[in-house]
Amino acid sequence: MSTTTAPPPARRRHAARGRLTAWLFIAPLLIVNVLVIAGPGLMSVYYSFTDWDGLDQADFIWFSNYAELFGDPDFRRALLHNLLWTAFFLIVPMSMGLLGAFLLSRIRRGQLAFRVLFFIPYVIATVVSATIWRQILSPTSGVGPALSDLGIPLLDDVNFLGDGDIALGAVAFINNWQWWGFLVVIFLAAMQGIEPSLYEAARMDGASTWREFWHITLPSIRPTFMFLSLMTVIWSFLVFDYVYILTQGGPAGSTDVLSTVMYRAAFEEQQAGYASAIGVILALISATTVCGYLYLRRRLRWDI
Amino acid sequence: MTAVLDRTHGRRPAAPGRRRRRGSRRTARSPIAYLILSILALYAVGPMLVFVLASLKTPSEISENPLGLPGEFRWENFTTAWVEANMGAGLMNSAVIAISTAAGVCLIAGCAAYALTRLNLPKPGVFILYLLVATSLPIQLFLVPLLSLWTKIGLYDSRFGLIIIYWAIYSPFATLLIRSFLLAVPKEYEAAARIDGAGEITVFTRIVFPLIWPGVLTAGLVAGLQAYNEFLLAVTFIQDSANLPASISLYSFQQGFSPNWALVSAAGLIMVLPVLALFIVLQRRFVEGYTSSGMAG
Repeated sequence: MSTTTAPPPARRRHAARGRLTAWLFIAPLLIVNVLVIAGPGLMSVYYSFTDWDGLDQADFIWFSNYAELFGDPDFRRALLHNLLWTAFFLIVPMSMGLLGAFLLSRIRRGQLAFRVLFFIPYVIATVVSATIWRQILSPTSGVGPALSDLGIPLLDDVNFLGDGDIALGAVAFINNWQWWGFLVVIFLAAMQGIEPSLYEAARMDGASTWREFWHITLPSIRPTFMFLSLMTVIWSFLVFDYVYILTQGGPAGSTDVLSTVMYRAAFEEQQAGYASAIGVILALISATTVCGYLYLRRRLRWDI
Repeated sequence: MTAVLDRTHGRRPAAPGRRRRRGSRRTARSPIAYLILSILALYAVGPMLVFVLASLKTPSEISENPLGLPGEFRWENFTTAWVEANMGAGLMNSAVIAISTAAGVCLIAGCAAYALTRLNLPKPGVFILYLLVATSLPIQLFLVPLLSLWTKIGLYDSRFGLIIIYWAIYSPFATLLIRSFLLAVPKEYEAAARIDGAGEITVFTRIVFPLIWPGVLTAGLVAGLQAYNEFLLAVTFIQDSANLPASISLYSFQQGFSPNWALVSAAGLIMVLPVLALFIVLQRRFVEGYTSSGMAG
């Protein structure tokens, strides 16, 4: 009864009270976010223009840090490693993820069991999976000596993490072990949303499995595929854990990536201003990638 | 940004957990599929098995016979590793950190999502945009000033200081996740309760929460597991060995030129077992949480 004839003043009072409650409910999120992310993030932009050592007063030096960065061979090598890393992660785990998900979507039994097995490495801590592989790839007690005991001296004296020519690849391989199962699970979720009638039509036409994958599955999951590619690019520039745990950027910088160069500058060489500049560059790379994605989507009207 | 936004919008009505199993239409004639899947499964799980076996061997057995069965199962490796790697304290710290992170994230994100979907918040779109930007900002951007700030206000080298950071970095995604669950709850339920004179808090705890708890649980699981496994922030912000989480205890234990792999494996397994147990029990919720995390960034 009163609901149909509620007087306006009461409603307005209710709205004002509601607004205060709304702010109270969102306040904790805003407070911790400003304290941890927005505040220090902006400070980082400021410090990137200073010669801050991380402790004392910082003097403004304009773009010197950035100028120094692009002349720094360590930085350029690290950037190259990040680019190689991106290429590796766009190719190897994406292919494995697509293969695993496509096959899983076509089997009737055991789908759940395979999905769990593929996903297990993803829930394992980075430190643990790095430890697992450090041992397996160890030149003294790993798979190399085991093969040579079987009379296959293929991997004798191959020091995967200690040889500068292959160490970056070895670290990427180890990271991939943990990563690809995650892609399987996400691609599978996307593939399960594909309209079955599409496959039925293809089957009527006698399409091969490969053609079904190429002409139906892949186009249907394009939004997911593009989104994961975008994320792969962003994460590849931010990679830190595996490199730091396994090689610390060594031997002799052969596995250095931007994050490890930054970490060293900040916490070992007391060049916090310089490190902040690398942090800003990393954020810019992420932002540029996202904007590029949006540009393709809007301007070229890709449905991604 | 809107790309991501649209997707979280559009995807959710299909509702997590109710993904329909597709019909038996697809035939599984080809044993090749099973063969390839088994090879992939071996790649995923094989290293884990090597690891489990290594934790039961002696160091000399590992170097003589790295991939085979141990001559005798040395369970005492686990007690030795527990003591030497300081895993007891590490697990305790990790548990405190993971549980506080999960609980805090659920609370912070739950309240925020409720404000975004139900309360009279001006321009919720702006907040959502901020959340998306906050989830995609790299830790590297704010790491150095944050460390200096935390040192100044006495939060450096404390578990609580680390927990606050986790709250901040894991809440934006959790907010988007819980928000998507809230959008699926009909508003009429709450309207009815308000007509009966219930306050906002009562409406939230008695009406809304019982309907969205699966989303909250998923958000908490994802945040807790991420906090448990996190490395970069933990290694930067915790120094005192009394406060070290298990990941960093294990990291220090496996450092060095030739660690005792039997004990390192045992210590690593100690760290993984609680997560594996939880994962096997709740695997669907984990998978859903991470599936949506992959979608929302």
